[in-house]
Amino acid sequence: MEISSEKTGRTLVVRVAGELDLDTAREFRARIDADLDRFGSRDLVLDFGMVSFVDSSGLGAILGRYRRVTEKGGTVVLCRPVDHVRRLLDQAGVSRVIRIHQTLEQAIRGLGQKDAALGGDTR
Amino acid sequence: MNWIRLELPALPENVALVRLAVAALAAQLDFTLPEIEEIRVATSEAFSNAVLHAYPEAAPEQAGASGQTGPGSPGATVTVEARLDGDTLEVSVADRGVGIADVALARTPAYTTLPDRMGLGFAFMESFMDEVDVRTAPGSGTRVVMRKRCAERPEASSDSGVAGSAGGGEAGAGGRG
Repeated sequence: MEISSEKTGRTLVVRVAGELDLDTAREFRARIDADLDRFGSRDLVLDFGMVSFVDSSGLGAILGRYRRVTEKGGTVVLCRPVDHVRRLLDQAGVSRVIRIHQTLEQAIRGLGQKDAALGGDTR
Repeated sequence: MNWIRLELPALPENVALVRLAVAALAAQLDFTLPEIEEIRVATSEAFSNAVLHAYPEAAPEQAGASGQTGPGSPGATVTVEARLDGDTLEVSVADRGVGIADVALARTPAYTTLPDRMGLGFAFMESFMDEVDVRTAPGSGTRVVMRKRCAERPEASSDSGVAGSAGGGEAGAGGRG
C-alpha cells in the first residue's frame, strides 16, 4: 500500500493506493494519525481512487480515523471508491457516517460547504 | 477438480497472499468479477480472524502491546484449502489455536473482542458466500468452511446450444491454465 498526504489549510488530503486489510491497516492508521498531529489538521479527505481492496479490518481503520477526527470537531469525507469498495462501504454502514464523493474536488468542496453552513451561509 | 493447500504462519502479511491464491483458483470457474471480489473479502475475513484470535500469545495486536511475543511463533500456523467441486468453490481456513468459546456470539454482527474493529468478519463471510460452517473446540482450534456456487450463465458468445457441463469450453483439460 502507498500513502501520500498533502496539507491544504486545515484539511489533510490522503491519497491511498493498494489494498487495505489487516496487514496494511497498521500503516494506514499510523501514517494518518501522525500526519493529523504533525499538521494539526481538523478535517480529513480520504482519496480512495487507487484502492483496489478493503475488508472489515480496513473499514475498522477508516472508522477509527473518523472517530479521532470527529472527536476534535473535524469532518471526514471519502472520494472515488471503485464499485466493489463502494458496495462494502454501503453494506457496512460506513457511508452513512462518512460522506462519499465522486471526485476529489467535490470532496473538498463538501468540507467547504460545511464551513459555509457553520458560518451562516446555508447555500 | 482442482485444489490448493497452503500452510502458513498466522501473520497479517500473509492475508494478501491467501486471498490472491484463493481468488486465482476461483477464477477458474465462471464467477463474475463482483463475485470474485466477494470471495476475496470472505477469504480475507476468515484468515484475518485466525491471525487475530487463534493464537493470542502471537497475535499482532497483543504482541504490539506487550512487546514480548514476536509474531510467527512456531506452531502458530493456518492451513488454507480451496477446492473446485463441479460448479462450487469451497474454502477452508483452519487453525490449531484456542478455539471459539461461543460461536453464536462470535457470529453476531458488530460483536468483537478487539478495539478499532467492526466485528463484521463473520457477517461479510455469511453475506458473500452461500454457506459458512464453523467447527471449533476450545483448545483445539477452529475450522471455517465456506462454499459459493457459481451460477450458470447464458453464454452470450458464439457457442451454440447448451453450454455443457462445468469443465467444458474454455476450461479444457489440456490447457496450461
